[in-house]
Amino acid sequence: MSLSTQPKDPRNERDDVTQPTLGPLGLLRFAWRQLTSMRTALFLLLLLAIAALPGSIFPQRSIDAVRTTDWIARHETAGPILDRLGFFEVYASPWFAAIYILLFVSLVGCVLPRSKVHWRAMRAQPPRAPKRLERLAAHDSVEVDGTPDEVLERVRGALKSGRFRTHSHDATTVSAEKGYLKETGNLAFHLALIGVIVGMAWGHLLGWKGDVIIPVGQTFANTVARYDTISPGPLVDVSEFEPFSMTLTDFDAQFETDVKGKGQFGSPRDFTAYVDFTKEPGAEPEKKVIRVNGPLETGGGTAFLLGNGYAPHITVKDANGKVTYSESTPFLAQDNFYTSVGAIKVAGAGPVGKQLGFAGLFLPTAVLDDQGPRSVFPDMLEPALALSAFEGDLFPGGRPQSVYSLNTSEMTQLKNKEGSDLLRIWLTPGQTYTLPGGQGSITFDGVDRFAGISIRSDPGKELTLVSSLVALLGLILSLTIRRRRVFVRVAPAAEEGRTVVSIGGLAKDDDEGMGDELDDVLTRLKERRT
Amino acid sequence: MTHETLATYANLSLYSAMAVLTLSMLGYAGYLAGWLPARDDVAESADVADRALVAAGGGSSLGEAASSLSAEVPGTVEPEVPLRARKAGGVAQTFAILGTVLLAVSAALRGLSVERWPLGNMFEFGVASALFTMLVFVLWGLRRDLRWLGVFVVAPVLILLGLANTVWYTEAAELMPSLKSIWLVIHVTVATISVGLFAVGFVVALLYLAQDRFGSERGVWRVLRALPEGRVLERLTYGLHIISFPLWTFTLIAGAIWARQAWGSYWNWDPKEVWTFIIWVVYAAYLHARVTRGWRRQSATWIAVAGFACIIINYAVVNVYFVGQHSYSGL
Ligand code: HEM
Repeated sequence: MSLSTQPKDPRNERDDVTQPTLGPLGLLRFAWRQLTSMRTALFLLLLLAIAALPGSIFPQRSIDAVRTTDWIARHETAGPILDRLGFFEVYASPWFAAIYILLFVSLVGCVLPRSKVHWRAMRAQPPRAPKRLERLAAHDSVEVDGTPDEVLERVRGALKSGRFRTHSHDATTVSAEKGYLKETGNLAFHLALIGVIVGMAWGHLLGWKGDVIIPVGQTFANTVARYDTISPGPLVDVSEFEPFSMTLTDFDAQFETDVKGKGQFGSPRDFTAYVDFTKEPGAEPEKKVIRVNGPLETGGGTAFLLGNGYAPHITVKDANGKVTYSESTPFLAQDNFYTSVGAIKVAGAGPVGKQLGFAGLFLPTAVLDDQGPRSVFPDMLEPALALSAFEGDLFPGGRPQSVYSLNTSEMTQLKNKEGSDLLRIWLTPGQTYTLPGGQGSITFDGVDRFAGISIRSDPGKELTLVSSLVALLGLILSLTIRRRRVFVRVAPAAEEGRTVVSIGGLAKDDDEGMGDELDDVLTRLKERRT
Repeated sequence: MTHETLATYANLSLYSAMAVLTLSMLGYAGYLAGWLPARDDVAESADVADRALVAAGGGSSLGEAASSLSAEVPGTVEPEVPLRARKAGGVAQTFAILGTVLLAVSAALRGLSVERWPLGNMFEFGVASALFTMLVFVLWGLRRDLRWLGVFVVAPVLILLGLANTVWYTEAAELMPSLKSIWLVIHVTVATISVGLFAVGFVVALLYLAQDRFGSERGVWRVLRALPEGRVLERLTYGLHIISFPLWTFTLIAGAIWARQAWGSYWNWDPKEVWTFIIWVVYAAYLHARVTRGWRRQSATWIAVAGFACIIINYAVVNVYFVGQHSYSGL
């Protein structure tokens, strides 16, 4: 008569011994029993912890592709081997998946039968009292007024008011049990873990995320083509995005100007993007803000402010003064002081082979010394552009390429007027540089800020959240509630009209409160006068 | 008061706390040392008590544990405590409470000086972890006699404060935008409270393992006679962990909610997230191991010890050396 809430696997105990030879079916059943055993679950849990480790040590491709490629390049022998073993994509690797899938199969295999057992237990009566209550770990005996029958009735009342479920298997005993919620909570916890995983999987299959850079003044319309990068889940229909649009009307950035704190000077302090949000074409635009920690719900997704930077407005003219390029061109920040890289691709400037391209740096607070051009403060105090110019084929082979860098494999770098050195262009806002050899001119008109907006949709997140809260609640129930059985036997005392009450308690494992529980029942009993 | 003055007072309060805790630690050490000469009588009476309990328990191990807990634990029975030890223990207790109050004052002043919740960098985490560890110890100490535990809690707390004050010290400053959130307050505060509980649980776990392994040895190990017996220590270890584990679970959930607010996705496999998860899984394994047939309590307790090792790594290594979105240690 054990009271363990542990999966006293009925399967485990049934035919362990009576199976001399294992047929294929037997083998399968054996494997299943092993997999769903508590020991395997423990082993898999520890394995999962260890397997998650390398992902925090090695750079991960999904998080930082550049750093990953870099690491592999720097470790000539180890890099490629680790790469093949999946160490740079740990959480998408087959071995990581194998562990958590096995764990969850084990979980289902363990929890479902336990739920069935518990369901039955909840509706069953507490078992018959043992013959000798004084054999039980916690036990007591008192003498009270009343006949055995009266006393037994009072005992039942006392137990019920102590939230016990009671049942009498015979005329002189009561069996009582409480704490069913412990196992209920435990099962809810484990089942909810399955809910968490299902929610994550659902979000992975049906969710998507897209990133877009919007310079101040520009409008973003929610279509796939407009995203700079987009990664839809396998089951997402990207042609069905909701047709909202938003215009970035202003962007506010604040940086630490107090030079005292170590490592604090120039730290970001606050970013706010002001947008005009239009739910669908024709709708009235609404004024909204997107902040760090303050995303904007767009209906089918959520827009987060994840980055920002500068988009210098640049105009390029050809020899005849005709404008061939005039755009706010985002440059990507490379360090905390927003030393930013970018490229200007003047595709319409001439025939293929004679196209113009510029690549280089934008510096919000520019310094040019023997360390080279760089920025020394993130805010725009002394902006400058430092560019090199190239001529040739901008899109060799028509392959897709990054907007922020030039592919110079089919281009030649322009020289300065004297032809003695490579051409270096340094421009501050308002300045124009006339290119040598009648190539036209480039003007730095001014600077806009841009907001890096990430729009994400995760339809599984509610399920995951609710499941994890259920898991937490179940866990608390499971860890705080005690499952206890109490048995009472009455017998007439030597003195007429008096009854001896013997009480014994049985608890799971070590339960220091059992003695108090019995005292409590006896106190309630004495308080019941009739 | 200006922000600078407040920050100065915060530091003064911290130094005073460290001084007072040092005295407390010495007191607790004196308490343990007070046990050494009296060993033989105590050892004997403890043995007698043990035997009596076994006889009374009548078989089931549950009974033994239950009655040994409800009865006074051998070694903490007041008359048996040597007089010198008792004095030292009492003084140490008072200083522990005073030190804890001073730590709380320091954290509060620091918060006022920066006008935000004082949990924004490594230094502040260090002070808060020390505070919550002491708080757990002191509050628990109001309910049961914990003089045997004092030195093992206060000494590591002092080391932690020393590290916070030297290696991790950061000037009071504002936070990065991504840290300005109510979830910082919720997530990090609960995390730190549960670390405080795990820390005390870890210390008791180690004492259990020591008691189990060396409890019957002579020499300095006789100090272990001042401690409750192994079974009791094991139960206390478990008792602390079942409070801190749900808190850590909450930390994990709150962190995910915050990550979605700040980074757009509730789970990014950022190193810090990975370690929070690893710690959670290891402690879940501890709770499992404790009820897995064929696993001894000692082995299960080692998993809890490993769990705390992970917390230390998460704090001292991941915060500082691993590149991720959580890189806000301020170093
Ligand atoms: C995703 C994997 C799992 C996690 C994170 C997990 C976590 C936990 C936690 C934290 C507890 C403590 C609650 C308590 O003590 O009542 C627990 C208890 C328990 N788990 Fe799991 N578990 C997992 C998988 C499994 C599997 C696969 C099994 C079945 C073999 C299992 C069986 C149990 C049982 C029987 C208990 C109750 C222990 C007791 O009697 O207190 N768990 N689990």
